[in-house]
Amino acid sequence: MQATAHIDFILAAYAAGIIVIGALIAWVTLDYRAQRLTIAELEMQGLSRRSATARAEPVKRAAKEGA
Amino acid sequence: MRALAMTLTDLANPSRFLRLADVAIPWLAGATALAFAYAIERAIFAPDDYQQGATVKIMFLHVPSAWLGMLCWGLMTIAALGTLVWRHPLADVAAKAAAPIGAAFTLLCLITGSLWGRPEWGTYWVWDARLTSELILFLLYLGVIALWRTVEDPSRAARAVAILTLVGAIDLPIIKFSVDWWNTLHQGSSVFRLGGSTIDSTILIPLFAMTVAFTLLFVTLLLAAMRNEILRRRVRTLHLMKASAAS
Repeated sequence: MQATAHIDFILAAYAAGIIVIGALIAWVTLDYRAQRLTIAELEMQGLSRRSATARAEPVKRAAKEGA
Repeated sequence: MRALAMTLTDLANPSRFLRLADVAIPWLAGATALAFAYAIERAIFAPDDYQQGATVKIMFLHVPSAWLGMLCWGLMTIAALGTLVWRHPLADVAAKAAAPIGAAFTLLCLITGSLWGRPEWGTYWVWDARLTSELILFLLYLGVIALWRTVEDPSRAARAVAILTLVGAIDLPIIKFSVDWWNTLHQGSSVFRLGGSTIDSTILIPLFAMTVAFTLLFVTLLLAAMRNEILRRRVRTLHLMKASAAS
């Protein structure tokens, strides 16, 4: 009896829960894609962090020496 | 203790953290989905409360949200110490990533509390100590997010945010003990209290299940947001390199 009386409040609370949690999941997912995409675009332009370049350098040198 | 210190040192390396996060996030997401499936099933079939009727089901959202809002600020406080005292490289990353998540759960706590209050108290809002201190926590989260956006240099912003976070931590015991210190419309502690919980196990088990599911979701979101923040800082570094190369 009471359930029917207050069902709108219960549904509104669960709807708010779905919206807030959905927004959080969407935010982290879309942000991850956006950052990955931007890094890929910048790397396509020949930019890379010094630490990444330093790590890749010995491999490149070894490959050159091997050739 | 030494192993823990070693783990924290290992995690200080953002690249190592990214590798760990890439492995952990899908597993945590799976565990969260399973935990929610179980918790929602228990919540749907939980009996009505003898006084509150079916509105007690709002508690399954309200209590975990309140818990996470406070837990998140607690973690941000530890991260603030990590920034100011130990200068741990991931401390401010964690603090920045956590703020919007904590704000979202605190907002959900306020909304569900309001929707629960209307049928039980006859009002959506009252300026009692518990509700007001929870609203202050939400405003503190907004302040932290605004501060991160205002100061462009992440390391300078981190120090300012760390101080605000430490000051804001005073609100946590106020929220927790407000129902004991003042006469509030909000009920007193009913789960963690001396003499045991006053909630029947048929309602307490779904509540615990939902709290575990929410906490797993929080950990997953926090790791994912930290990963995003590290990538954002890499993007910033690359943009700076591009700008300096052009000049």
